[in-house]
Order: sequence, then C-alpha cells, then structure tokens
Amino acid sequence: MSLNSNIPSGPLAQKWDQHKFDLKLVNPANKRKFEVIVVGSGLAGASSAATLAELGYRVKCFCYQDSPRRAHSIAAQGGINAAKNYQNDGDSVYRLFYDTIKGGDFRSREANVYRLAQVSVNIIDQCVAQGVPFAREYGGLLDNRSFGGAQVSRTFYARGQTGQQLLLGAYSALSRQIGLGTVQMYPRTEMLDLVIVDGHAKGIITRDLTNGKIERHAADAVILATGGYGNVFFLSTNAVGCNVTASYRAHKRGAFFANPCYTQIHPTCIPVSGDHQSKLTLMSESLRNDGRVWVPKKKEDCRKRAADIAEADRDYYLERKYPSFGNLAPRDISSRAAKEVCDEGRGVGPSGLGVYLDFGDAIKRLGENKIRERYGNLFDMYECITGENAYRQPMRIFPAVHYTMGGLWVDYHLMSNLPGLFVLGEANFSDHGANRLGASALMQGLADGYFVIPYTIANYFATSKQKCPSTDHPSFKQAEENVTGIASRLLGIKGKRTVRSFHRELGKLVWEKCGMARSKESLEAALKRIPELREEFWQNVNVPGSGQSLNQSLEYAGRVADFMEFAELLCTDALNRDESCGGHFRVEHQTEDGEALRHDDKFAHVSAWEFKGVGNKPELHKEELVYENVHMSTRSYK
Amino acid sequence: MANKLNLTLKVWRQDNAADGGRFETYPARGIDEDMSFLEMLDVVNEELIEDGKEPIAFDSDCREGICGTCSLVINGIPHGGRKGTTACQLHMRNFKDGQTISIEPWRARAFPVIRDLIVDRSAFDRIIQVGGFVSVRTGGTPDANSMPISKEVSDKAMDAAQCIGCGACVAACKNGSAMLFVAAKVSHLNLLPQGKPEKTRRAERMVWKMDEEGFGGCSVTGSCEAVCPKEISLDFIAKLNRDFALSVFK
Repeated sequence: MSLNSNIPSGPLAQKWDQHKFDLKLVNPANKRKFEVIVVGSGLAGASSAATLAELGYRVKCFCYQDSPRRAHSIAAQGGINAAKNYQNDGDSVYRLFYDTIKGGDFRSREANVYRLAQVSVNIIDQCVAQGVPFAREYGGLLDNRSFGGAQVSRTFYARGQTGQQLLLGAYSALSRQIGLGTVQMYPRTEMLDLVIVDGHAKGIITRDLTNGKIERHAADAVILATGGYGNVFFLSTNAVGCNVTASYRAHKRGAFFANPCYTQIHPTCIPVSGDHQSKLTLMSESLRNDGRVWVPKKKEDCRKRAADIAEADRDYYLERKYPSFGNLAPRDISSRAAKEVCDEGRGVGPSGLGVYLDFGDAIKRLGENKIRERYGNLFDMYECITGENAYRQPMRIFPAVHYTMGGLWVDYHLMSNLPGLFVLGEANFSDHGANRLGASALMQGLADGYFVIPYTIANYFATSKQKCPSTDHPSFKQAEENVTGIASRLLGIKGKRTVRSFHRELGKLVWEKCGMARSKESLEAALKRIPELREEFWQNVNVPGSGQSLNQSLEYAGRVADFMEFAELLCTDALNRDESCGGHFRVEHQTEDGEALRHDDKFAHVSAWEFKGVGNKPELHKEELVYENVHMSTRSYK
Repeated sequence: MANKLNLTLKVWRQDNAADGGRFETYPARGIDEDMSFLEMLDVVNEELIEDGKEPIAFDSDCREGICGTCSLVINGIPHGGRKGTTACQLHMRNFKDGQTISIEPWRARAFPVIRDLIVDRSAFDRIIQVGGFVSVRTGGTPDANSMPISKEVSDKAMDAAQCIGCGACVAACKNGSAMLFVAAKVSHLNLLPQGKPEKTRRAERMVWKMDEEGFGGCSVTGSCEAVCPKEISLDFIAKLNRDFALSVFK
C-alpha cells in the first residue's frame, strides 16, 4: 500500500493558505447532517469537539476521566510556543518552523511543521479571547520566556500551570457547546474498538466505566485525540490512566502506527525513590531558564551535601558541552548528558541516579521572591514529594519518559490511512520528528483541534460518498463481540499475579532495553522476552470482580494487555531504525562526542507499521521525507 | 533508607449508589514514608487482590495535584489536611507509625457515591455549562496584545483560575455548598475584560444552576478555603455575591 502524505504543491509558505482555498466545503445547512465522534478531551480533543460543534456538526465526545476537564494536557507546566515575535528578538514563523524541524532531528514533515508554526499565532489570540490568564508584564502586555532548543523568547505561560489554563479554556468552549446541546459528552467512557465499514472508519465501541455497559456509536468520521503511549514504560510523567488502547485497537483494525520508537525522555523529573512508585513527576523545563545543572567533578564528592562542594569542584556539564545553548539544550541532548554523568558514577542522591538543578545563583541575582513568583508552585510540588526545600538546597532531577512523538500515521489532512479516521495531538506522529521541543505539545494539540481539523474534515465529508451506517451493521456486531470477548477472557483467567505486577515488569524491561540508550542486543533481548511475558499475562493474570460494574482492575487489565502487544511494536521499530536520531539513541551510532549520528541516506523516512496479527512481524511502509526548504544538517547546540 | 510505617486503615466500602455502605478495616504494613497516600492505597489493593478480595475503588489520574480527580476524605478532612495539598501529593511522611487512618468519599447530596470512594461530580460540569465560559467562537479573535490587561488584574484572575474542580470545598462544607467553586470560575472570568460583557448573566446562571443541582447555601464559615488544595481565597465568594446582586437589581 502506498502512503500518500497529500502534501499540497507550491511554495512552503503558501501551501496551507492555498490548500484551505482548494479544500471542499460543507455548506452550513448540511453540516448538521454529519455526525463526528471525538475520542479524548484534552487540548486536541476538546478544541476539535468545540470547534466542530460551533460550525454546526453534531459531535459526540468521549473521555475515560470523570470530566473532560481532567485530561492529561492539564498537567503541562511550562508554556506554549508561538511565533508572535512580541519580544522583537528575531522570531518569525520561519524560525519557529526551522527550530522545530531541527529540534526533531530532521525526521518530521516540512509542510506540517510550517503550518503548525503559522497557526501558532492564532492560538494565542484564541486563548486570550477565551480568558486564559497568561502571564503579563506591568504594561499589560503578554510576557514570554525561553524554552529548550530556541534562542528566542517565544513561550507564553500561565505560572507553572499553562496546560491547565489552556485546557480549561478549551473545556470552557466545549462546555458551552454541551450546554447548547451541540455536543453530547460521554465522561467515564472508554473506547475499546474502532468500527470499519467498507474501508472507512464509521464508529466505535465503548464501555461505560461506571456500569460496564457496552455501547455502539456510529458516525460519519472518527477523531482520535487520545494522547501518547508513555505508560508502556510503567513509570512516566503521564497520568496513571493514560493508555495506548484507542490508538492500538485502531492499529489492529488497519491504521498504520508511525515511528513508535520516537519517545521523549524529559531531563528534569524528580528521581525515582522506590519500587512503590506509581508515576514520575516532571519539574518544568522552564526551570532551566534560571536553574543551573551540575554534578560533582569527582565521584567521591557525590555523597557530600551540595553546599559542601566547592564551586571549582562542580561540573556544569551542559554549560561546558553546549556553551551557546547551555542549560537550555534540547531535551534529548540534556537527558543523554545526565545519563552519561551518572554512568560515570557522578550522579547524586540516594540512588546515584540524579543531577543537581541549582537555583543558588539565580536567587543571589534576582532574590528569592522573584524565583518564588516564577516557579513557586513547582518548588512547592518538589517539597511535597521529596521533603526538601529547593530554595535552600539544589533540586535533584533525573530524566523520565514524558512524551511520545510517534503515533498513528496521518497525512497532511491529519487523516490516517483509514479514510474517515483522523488523529490529532500527541496521538498522531506528524510534527515533532524524533524529538519534541519544549512548549510545542500544547501548540500542536490546539493547532490540530482549533485550526486544522475544521478545514480538512469538511473536505472528507464533501468528497467521500460514504454514509453514516446503522449500528446494526455486521461490523458493529463483530467489533462488539471482540470487546466483550476480551473482557470475559481477562475475567476468566483468575491467575496469581496482579495486573500492576505485569505492567511494572513490562515497563522495567522496556525502560532498560529500549529507554535512553538502545542497542541491537538490548532490543533483541526485549523482543524475545515481551512475547513470553505476554503469554504469562494471558495465563496468570488475576482480574477480580465482574464486567457489569465499575471495575478498575478490568479497565487496567485491558490497557496493559494492549501495552503487552504494543511494546513489541515499539522495540521492532527501534531495532529496525539502525541509526540514532533525536530521542532514539542507538549506541552503535554515535559521534566521537557521543552525540546522535543519523544516517540520512538510509533512514530519512517515516516508518509506518501495518498490523499483521499478534506475535507476527508487522509490515513496514515507508514515507520518504523530502526537504525542499531546509538543509538536513547535523544538529549542533554547541 | 526511608522509614517504614505500619498503619490501620478504616475504609468506606460501598458496592453501588443503592448500597448502604460500611467501614472495613485493613492493615497497611511496611509503608515507605516516601510513598504518596495513593501509592499506599495501591500497595493495600495489591494485597487485597492477592488475597482474592476486591480492591478499594478510588479515583486518581495525574497524581501530581493538578487534574483534580483524587477525592478522599482522610481522617475527616478532604485531602487530609496538609495545606495546599491534594491527596495524591500527600506523602506518608506526614503520618505516624501505628496510626489509624479513616478514608471516606466526598460526602454531599450533589455528589452521589458510585462505588467505594468514587463519587459523581458531574454537577460541577453542568454548572460550567450554563456560564463558565466566554462566548467566543474559534477564529476571528483580535491580536492577543490588542487589549492590555494590568498585571494585578491578570494575576488575581489567575489566582481564581487555578481551581482544579476537585470538590473538596463541597465535601468540607457543612451545607454541601459549591460557592467557592462557582466563585472561583465567576471571578476568574468576571475580573478580566474578556468576561465583562457576560458578567451578571454568568453569575446569575451559575448560582441558579448550583442551587438546582442540590448544593447547599453558603454561611461563610471558611472551611472550604481551609481545605482547598489551590488555596482559593474566600474573598472570591464576596465578589461572586456582588456580581450576583447586580443580576438581581439589574
């Protein structure tokens, strides 16, 4: 099957504007005849559901949380990028585009990224109009700060809670539509299968998490905005409920999964404290605006208190290795640098897996009050978790899984290879290449939902002749039987091990073999072990309770069952991509300085995988990446 | 190495909304003081499952204090009583070895129990749906910097906007009132110039909906402010009352 990215022709800067004109429209009176399913209510889901309903489509929106306001976008801390150039520091749409392409290590699509940079400016206008209380200067205008991988200040923020405020903005727009009756909201409802009719995505099967009721929903199109798959690693900064189920079950129905090996390990998270831990907590990248990262120069100093280590004995390794970006080096590079110094035995804290993020100089320069104003809530959170006061002693941080750049394959219209199935936000693969820059996830989620999908979905409706099927169609029956079959199988095993113990073991395996550093040997070992573990899961998992009531063990078991299969896809892709790029670091491919070494001759493509049955090798489809405007240089932040 | 605690839990168990419910007692042994309260419950649940029992159902998601999902009354106090802290961010170092801890769901007429410690808070969503927004559509908005907003006003709106919608304020209130929740949203939007055109209508509709959903009246005792994990100020209730009064006298 050929992968057509449907990138419009013409000069980069005019592609989207011209294409918006070329796309077919649905006239206002006809829009109400089309029904759209939106799965997920984070930035991408809520913004698309609200916007499509405003336009006149009939929308059903689903989320597993008890309210759409709780989707995990809410936890994003630092900010959102936009090429407003309010600082007059040389920013432009082209620069944001270029930084994002370069930050992604030349593994994303030029046309998509350019469009993202273009609409970034509209997002800020939209959010302000909704009442998002972005930080302001005394003159009343919006304030900005810097994020990793950029030399301009283009990040808009609302204290350390930008994701919360943006999500509440999208939630307010969504709520308004629910109140008006144009969106039917289904909270505490999980999508468990995608329904394909005549090759088009035309519905979903859901489970009501409060009473176990399985339902069929038909529509003219299905939008997945279901986030990333970071929880395949068990420990990540994702919410504990985040899962790959919706995406993966769509994959099993034929949607291609692109670049699953592109996972982002965020450099500034609170280190793991013990086996009991259920998740890891991010400390916003914005802290690196004022915090300096260091470890002791000498191993023997690692056990000393930070205050007892003399200035001359500290190694500010990011400033040393990357003088022009310093502490704001991109995430993949900062994470690997932290791993490197810890591997050398210079890590700090009880586990030796930690580095310092020190605000001592910033407090001296700006005063404690200024630092409190900028990052107060983050310092409070740090103290809550660790019991340590970061105004008095440096924070300890370590990299943790945070975001996944890979996702379901989509074309320029954000439509998957299955017509009628659109994928937005973190759930798709398209904009961040092999590494995402800070403050770009919020930008992408809202760009997709507010400003891209309204145009492209209309074109699908106007050109596709597929009618919304009845839920009595045999495809619905078959999908429903699949869903009830999985639940009864899980409940019937009555084995000895809990779901969590399987998830923890899988996550540890994937982290060790396919985490910050990957090799042929480690990946082959993982690919050998994952099917064994999956086999054991299906033989020996213990899922108590019944399917006809609220049953958190059953919900969790279904998600972990999918991670058990998805992990194999992730490692297969990582093994196949025999190069290093961005967050995907194959130890066999590095420069003399230990930086990622790409092989553009062999791997300047998107790897899109087609499901071929559980345990069978998926089929690889390639989409070549063509760079007409930027030169694929070696990334340097030195 | 972190200290270990041995605790006794008295946990509210209730099969569904119709069930009367009861307390059950479970031991929590060898609890690491670095665990969060919810991680402690995870450990207890693992043991319950291994003993062939049904685990305790409780809500949580982000586990970093921002999504507002977790909703436990711990020793009689919503979120457990540590200032400005949700249950998921409450760590076991705040408890003593040998302690008995009671764990209950939010208790309020407008928040019916679904199972064990899980309640239905959809009434909050319905309040937002009648007025917790600025009526703008996507697109066609002016440049973000075309309307300067003083830092003081913006900061104050942000103080109110921080509400995570967890419902602790309702759970703490003897009347089961949602005034702090409503006041936070009304204040966030009514303080900003973008929210001014709908100011009185918003206050009127949200207060009316709050009453309709079965939340009680406010007698300004301040227990809501005391338990609010985002430390939303009681002053916002005064602001809501002013804005609501305007709707009565308009």
